Amino acid sequence: MTQAYRLAAGGRIDRSRTLGFSFDGKHYKGYQGDTLASALLANGVHLVGRSFKYHRPRGILSAGAEEPNALAGVGCDDAHYTPNLRATQVELYDGLKAESQNRSPSLVRDYGAVNDLLWRFFPAGFYYKTFMWPRKAWTKFFEPRIREMAGLGRSPQTPDAACYAQRFAHCDVLVIGAGPAGLAAALAAAKTGARVILCDEQAEPGGSLLAEPDAVIDGLPAADWLKAALAQLAAFPKVKVLARTIAFGYFPHNMLGLAESLTDHAGEPDDTSPRGRLWQVRAKEVVIAAGAIERPLVFPDNDRPGIMLAEAARIYAERYGVLPGRKPLVFTAHDSAYRTALALHRAGCAVAGIVDMRPAADGPYAAAARRAGLPIYLASTVSGTGGRLRVARATVVSLAGGAEQRIDCDTILMSGGFTPSVHLFSQSRGKLVFDATLDAFLPGAPAEACRVAGAGAGLQTLKEALESGAAAGAGAVGGAAVTYQVTNAPLARGGFIGVVPGHVDPTSVRAFVDYQNDVTAKDVSLALREGMRSVEHVKRFTTTGMATDQGKLSNMNALGIMSAELGKPVSAIGTTTFRMPYTPVPFGYFAGYARGELFEPERRTAIHGWAAERGAVFEDVGLWKRARYFPQGGEDMRAAVARECRAVRGGVGIFDASTLGKIEVVGPDAAEFLNRMYINAWTKLQPGRLRYGILLREDGFIIDDGVIGRVSETCFHVTTTTGGAPRVLAMMEDYLQTEFPELDVWLTSTTEQYAVIALQGPLARQVIEPLVEGADISAKAMPHMSMVECRIAGVPARLFRVSFTGELGFEINVPADYGRSVWEALMESGLAHGITPYGTETMHVLRAEKGYIIVGQETDGTVTPADVGYSGMIGKAKPDFVGKRALAREAFATQTNRKQLVGLLTADPALVLEEGAHIVADPAQPKPMTMLGHITSSYWSETLGRSIALALLRDGAARTGETLHVPLESGDARVTVVSSVFYDPEGVRLNG
Amino acid sequence: MANLVHMVAPARRVPPCADTGDRRYTPVNGGARFLLRLREAAIGPAAEALGIDLAVPLNRASVVNSRGAMRLSPDEWLLLWPETEAASVAPLLAARLTDRRYSLTDISHRQTGLMLNGAAVPDILNSGCALDFDLAAFPVGMVTRTNFFKAEAVLWRQDEFSFYLEVWRSFVPYVWSLLSIVGREYPE
Repeated sequence: MTQAYRLAAGGRIDRSRTLGFSFDGKHYKGYQGDTLASALLANGVHLVGRSFKYHRPRGILSAGAEEPNALAGVGCDDAHYTPNLRATQVELYDGLKAESQNRSPSLVRDYGAVNDLLWRFFPAGFYYKTFMWPRKAWTKFFEPRIREMAGLGRSPQTPDAACYAQRFAHCDVLVIGAGPAGLAAALAAAKTGARVILCDEQAEPGGSLLAEPDAVIDGLPAADWLKAALAQLAAFPKVKVLARTIAFGYFPHNMLGLAESLTDHAGEPDDTSPRGRLWQVRAKEVVIAAGAIERPLVFPDNDRPGIMLAEAARIYAERYGVLPGRKPLVFTAHDSAYRTALALHRAGCAVAGIVDMRPAADGPYAAAARRAGLPIYLASTVSGTGGRLRVARATVVSLAGGAEQRIDCDTILMSGGFTPSVHLFSQSRGKLVFDATLDAFLPGAPAEACRVAGAGAGLQTLKEALESGAAAGAGAVGGAAVTYQVTNAPLARGGFIGVVPGHVDPTSVRAFVDYQNDVTAKDVSLALREGMRSVEHVKRFTTTGMATDQGKLSNMNALGIMSAELGKPVSAIGTTTFRMPYTPVPFGYFAGYARGELFEPERRTAIHGWAAERGAVFEDVGLWKRARYFPQGGEDMRAAVARECRAVRGGVGIFDASTLGKIEVVGPDAAEFLNRMYINAWTKLQPGRLRYGILLREDGFIIDDGVIGRVSETCFHVTTTTGGAPRVLAMMEDYLQTEFPELDVWLTSTTEQYAVIALQGPLARQVIEPLVEGADISAKAMPHMSMVECRIAGVPARLFRVSFTGELGFEINVPADYGRSVWEALMESGLAHGITPYGTETMHVLRAEKGYIIVGQETDGTVTPADVGYSGMIGKAKPDFVGKRALAREAFATQTNRKQLVGLLTADPALVLEEGAHIVADPAQPKPMTMLGHITSSYWSETLGRSIALALLRDGAARTGETLHVPLESGDARVTVVSSVFYDPEGVRLNG
Repeated sequence: MANLVHMVAPARRVPPCADTGDRRYTPVNGGARFLLRLREAAIGPAAEALGIDLAVPLNRASVVNSRGAMRLSPDEWLLLWPETEAASVAPLLAARLTDRRYSLTDISHRQTGLMLNGAAVPDILNSGCALDFDLAAFPVGMVTRTNFFKAEAVLWRQDEFSFYLEVWRSFVPYVWSLLSIVGREYPE
């Protein structure tokens, strides 16, 4: 294909670098520096999409972020596919593969276009009205159908192959937009030595200067001034210029989100280098120089391919060397469109005419158009357009009435004036003020440390833009104001909002206000007729300004219609919220590095490697990886756990308990502090002794437990549950700082200081004893629940005699870097005793056989110490502890049917109940049944040769011996209520 | 039964850091660490006992020979000590602060150090740390507790482009992987 609409010279494209690309499978050529939109236009392609609701053929409307029609899916394959990209922002690269959306089977023949014929049946709000009846049809028919039709673009089904980067940054001034105002702001701020970040969404900084062949700034042609300004900025060491970087969100306290595209412009050639980078910038001051967006005119059938914004057409000609057509008709209410007509005329187009709604056009551009002999129709309007897949004609009529005149054309270039881009300012909660002379909302009082410059502040000339930028940049850092000498850049005035007056029945035509959401002027009027008065209601009823538009194109025209129909000034109507993001940002930017193994930190103990080398199966416990069981040969979990259980009960098992939370509580008031935190009494606990502690919340319910050792008069070694460690430390620190600041006690997390190795079983002492230095660990010298500091395998250790299995047990705390060596020494020492490593599953079974609770399993945030039979642990003489007053509430004393911990034995000893299953008295009772409680733990007990279960049961303590029922999917299970201690109830084995 | 009592203390085994080939990062293994907490009145005596200035401003490090004291909060210091001198720390303080109104906790094995050197290191750290590393905001000699992605860390700027990072041992593989991935964005 030749680029038939490409000019032979001019523009900022590189004609020496031809790029091949495809659109809907058809191959085209473009040049380096093109966007997908400019390259398609160069090839004469205007039809690029189908509209959302009516599936009307649509063309490229704009040259920037505001593009509502030209949405394309781009990517070489599904793993690199991004839907809904605006073709005006997609930089062309060799091999680019793009496809249109919302059409089936093709853009030219689209079955969905039947909606267009039925348009009278799809008024605004039709969803709310049409599908009310019959009721069942909504879920069965209408909703699935609508869901199928709704949405634009196709979601890729393959995981995103790209990787993404993230950065935090700080600066004195963040300048958003590198047009003339932004450049002047950055220069003014940089001169004071300030740290400046200048970001711009486009590949090249420059903004309007990239399509500015006429203006002269400080004696330099605009393009040369731009080059010089960028060179100056590059020479400042504290200035960072970020191209292809869109400021999409303005967050509190001047935190801005920027999305920097890194490889999209090259087609993501390498998956190992990031596709994009999310910047989180904390700026002392922000200068928003986001420019203005040209408004479409709302006239009948204003959406045919070939109808575009006038300034966009000029940009295509001047910046990309592309003619949008050969016979353009200009329709305007603003002087700047005359400039477009002149530019196209100079480039060789046969301008079909300039239709101006205004009775007079006097500016220098209009004068020049007159001199050039272009036909001008003043006080006239376009009352309709024709052409199926491309506009071919327009009817022009005088506003005063009279005969319609048919004008043949291949493009219509419209201008309703310019809307300042106040999106980011509005996101920052800055107040907008309506300016009636400009028909625009302008930034008013800011809510953040931010300033707005240039066209975004409603300034209309290049000189004003430059000087307001310089003033903002200088003002942000206390620099000096600058003036600029600008020639050949005259003021262009005008503008119009609302529906263009004409001589047609407004109900018989469609004049589009919001192209992306297919909202017409008629829809907005309908919303008002149906009683909507607030602009927010009209937005929701019609969907105007929703999705990616966020008021970029549609907002002011919708307000113009409302204003006219309600007879109220726009200032009294107000505007809708401008939501972030300014333009869509791929999810990957927000996920950043947090994917796969790095989604969350994977915490591993010092002994993890040993277990992994022996084929342990791990489970996730919080962020930790814990060995669940150690299968031998072809063992499944049940067989491995049974073997491990037998080993512990009959010999000795070794277990990695390193993940237990540990807190060193130190200071003269350590015991007093623990008295106030835990339910237990600590004052009389002697150094060298351990006690099992229970921690409540203020509401009296158990939140954590653990064994606490008194190392010395002033030092306690507190253990917590694995998952509770950070929570408990935070809670303790909170109480210490806010409630008990007078106590001389300090808390330090030692969870990771120690590797903890549990040796459990009747032979445990025999394994440890040969490795111990400096302590007598005989049963007499070191009874159950005692501790000693000694050396084990040559390493300083805190040795606890403690058991979570019911057997003789020890827990060895050694500095973590020695953990694996000590573990290996113990394995060696235990070899002769058949030492068996076991995992968390076996640990769970063994403790359940003994009725030891696990916080979070037997407790659920509503369980008191009495509910699990631990009332006796409460230090009765203590004046207070966290939760004491709650336990004394009358409600606890008078409630008779609290759920209490019990054991359950199934009638069928082989049946292992499901955890979480409910308990009922009579399985034949009508549903809903009365629930008496639920199963908290349930295992096969190898030791007992049968299943066991723990449960929380209403009034459970009084129900011992009762027969109850557990309805399961497999049928009803009969159970007997027993004590929660299934094995060795006297605790003889602990004292071995 | 074999008498194993007199076996030599084994070498410390720190969390593994795969060789990434990135010469800007070096694991710093070994060394002793303590967390010292005390009231204001005890700062002077404790400093004398340890032979190091503790009255440094908040978030500043004090270094004498190869000992370092990082003031992380008004009453909290992270002491980095040579392993060979570690055993004397507790007795020195106990002898001087006889009212025991302080806490000294050995956390030598709780965390591991990583040394980061290179002009891109501030940028690399900014991938997962929200702090401002401009020299005016984070001068040489500053040390603070912060986050690197989801890992808590202590970060000490030893030079314009040299940072010492301490993280809890189980977070080392996570932090190391992220450093190596981010490092690829900033070629050496």
